[in-house]
Amino acid sequence: MKQLYVGLTGNEAVATAFKQARPHVAPAFPITPQTEMMHKFADFVADGAVATEMILVESEHSAMSAAVGSAATGARTFTATSSAGFALMWEVVYIAASLRLPICMPVVNRALSGNINIHNDHSDSMGGRDAGWIQIFCENTQEAYDTALMCWRIAEHKDVRLPVMVNYDGFIISHTSESLHILPDEDAWKFIGPKDLSNGYSLLDVENPITVGPLDLTDYYFEHKVSQMEAHLRAPKVILEVFKEFGELTGRHYDLFEEYRTEDAEMILVIIGSTAGTAKDVIDEQREKGVKVGLLKPRVFRPFPAVEYAKALGNAKVVGVMDKSVSFGGHGGPLFTEIRSALYGLENAPKIHNWIYGLGGRDTGTDQIVDLIGQLQNSIKGKKTEDVNLLGVRL
Amino acid sequence: MAMNLQTLSKNEDLLAGGHRACAGCTGSNILRQIMLTAGPDTVVGGATGCMEVVTTIFPYTAWKTPFIHSAFENCAATISGVETAYRALKASGELPVPREKMNFIAFGGDGGTYDIGLQSLSGAMERGHNMLYVCYDNEAYMNTGIQRSGATPFGAHTSTSPAGTVKQGKEQHRKDLTKIMVAHNIPYVAQTTPFHWRDLQMKVQKALEVDGPAFLNILMPCTVGWGFDPAIGMELCKQAVEANFWPLFEVVDGEYKLTYKPKEDRPLMEPWLKQQVRFKHLFKPGNEGMLVEIQRWVDSEFNKIMKLCGEA
Ligand SMILES: Cc1ncc(C[n+]2csc(CCOP(=O)(O)OP(=O)(O)O)c2C)c(N)n1
Repeated sequence: MKQLYVGLTGNEAVATAFKQARPHVAPAFPITPQTEMMHKFADFVADGAVATEMILVESEHSAMSAAVGSAATGARTFTATSSAGFALMWEVVYIAASLRLPICMPVVNRALSGNINIHNDHSDSMGGRDAGWIQIFCENTQEAYDTALMCWRIAEHKDVRLPVMVNYDGFIISHTSESLHILPDEDAWKFIGPKDLSNGYSLLDVENPITVGPLDLTDYYFEHKVSQMEAHLRAPKVILEVFKEFGELTGRHYDLFEEYRTEDAEMILVIIGSTAGTAKDVIDEQREKGVKVGLLKPRVFRPFPAVEYAKALGNAKVVGVMDKSVSFGGHGGPLFTEIRSALYGLENAPKIHNWIYGLGGRDTGTDQIVDLIGQLQNSIKGKKTEDVNLLGVRL
Repeated sequence: MAMNLQTLSKNEDLLAGGHRACAGCTGSNILRQIMLTAGPDTVVGGATGCMEVVTTIFPYTAWKTPFIHSAFENCAATISGVETAYRALKASGELPVPREKMNFIAFGGDGGTYDIGLQSLSGAMERGHNMLYVCYDNEAYMNTGIQRSGATPFGAHTSTSPAGTVKQGKEQHRKDLTKIMVAHNIPYVAQTTPFHWRDLQMKVQKALEVDGPAFLNILMPCTVGWGFDPAIGMELCKQAVEANFWPLFEVVDGEYKLTYKPKEDRPLMEPWLKQQVRFKHLFKPGNEGMLVEIQRWVDSEFNKIMKLCGEA
């Protein structure tokens, strides 16, 4: 298939993918750095490139609420947000997943207040990791575009029916122009396809009326939560099928996580998002010097493929997990605790250390990652290294 | 076209009996009356509160039309999403059952409407969705144990504005939500009560017929929260209107019109207050001034409405 080679920012690329998905409804409320994504989409609507009904709501709480109402009719629905906007819609974010509504939502990752800060870290999405959404993180504009196409197939799959969050780093990805391959509209539409409205559960089906969101107490609520858990258990298979089909179509192959030069690695870094790209350069340099270091870049954070992580990391001597968010008072960041738990009980499990980095958009340069690799080498040599460390902070 | 009781009673009852509202609840009566007029091609959304809680509990529902509850403060936004999706799916020819016109009704209690849901309501009205929002106003957060709201009248005892030795119930007058809704310049706004069934039915019908958003504020005496004999809820609606506490009027495209002309020698507030436990303390020695203030406020608010209706 012939693809187009274009230069777009992350926000423009995601807006393009969503235009190609022909959503019926899109409630929207502005917040930096998500804004340009919705501007671009509004331009598509204004120019007749897509027939989506936008609902220009008065808050993110209403954006997610309107998305819930819309998706409950069966309409293909998206919204997008960042940081404080995500925090404001919190309550309804859980409801969207509990009602099994296949809403797709870019969260253009930005630090949470306070103090108020518009730059990138992952505290917004990480705070929502227990909300019941599928969460996929992106390293660059290409991944953001591809994920924004694939998310519909995953969310709307009958074995899944869960909302999907497409996470990409504020400014670093959202506002940076990169060259990427995109599909022609018709091919994208062939891949995504129309929303299947035939499942019999539409709020607009007045001939078969349903009640959505009833009171649900001690006798049923737990079972309903279990059905959400089971949907997450079924999701990886569907995600991998969609990734595979997309790979065959475009030549871009994705997995639940990406392994970069890990085959014989003694040290493996685990990094989400754009910093993984920086780390790849460092790893190439270190490899030249004979340092056996690799990278594992999580793509799908929810559901969390623990068994696969254990397999991918189990043969290393040490694992360094970088978290661009903090769980105050916790023993390490959210990614660290997940991975440590995945490795627990393995025979000869690798040592594992955590670095909290980049909060509020603090720049993470190659020198910092070089330094971190040095600390991992010391840990292998038996030098005492803390479980939880800080990177790039003035002390 | 107004329906008479005979035709109305032949319409299908779209709120099934067996729901769990209290004996003497006037809220379920409001919902049934609305649905008799609206008919089956209607999607209903309910805010968290008594009426949502008593009409649904998994695996049961009293709703014979599609119904959605999402949260406390977002019913207007939720229904605005449903209404928009209807338009989108209609345009793309993908409606599950084709309908040229459907009704979209959101309802909430006074807490979910005057207070926590005001922003969501204001946004939905300003955006011009073709929907009716109904506030059933029982003048407090009843579902969580009778706490004061922005709609609770001055002097009323509630769990969070209790009458004690130093304080004597709510210290502020209620806010005028109906006027706030009029200020949204929407095509239809009205007040009514379930006792005035013909008035209510006519207003629901007009609200559903206009092109754009409509708002109804409906007084809902609550036997538990107000403290009265379950048999007299409807009687209290009647008296609230006759005492000018809850005037019946409608505002069509900004034009106010009384739909019930009160008598010249209207009853004072005292008899109405006396039948409700929430006002009991007002009749203790020392609180006479509060009764005077309530009467002054009701008269003054009513005169404003009369002026707006061109009746003064
Ligand atoms: C965000 C949020 N805050 C608080 C509550 C708790 N809550 C549920 S219903 C309710 C009161 C509802 O009062 P009102 O809207 O007047 O309706 P009523 O109970 O009187 O029918 C409250 C406070 C909630 N469910 N959600």
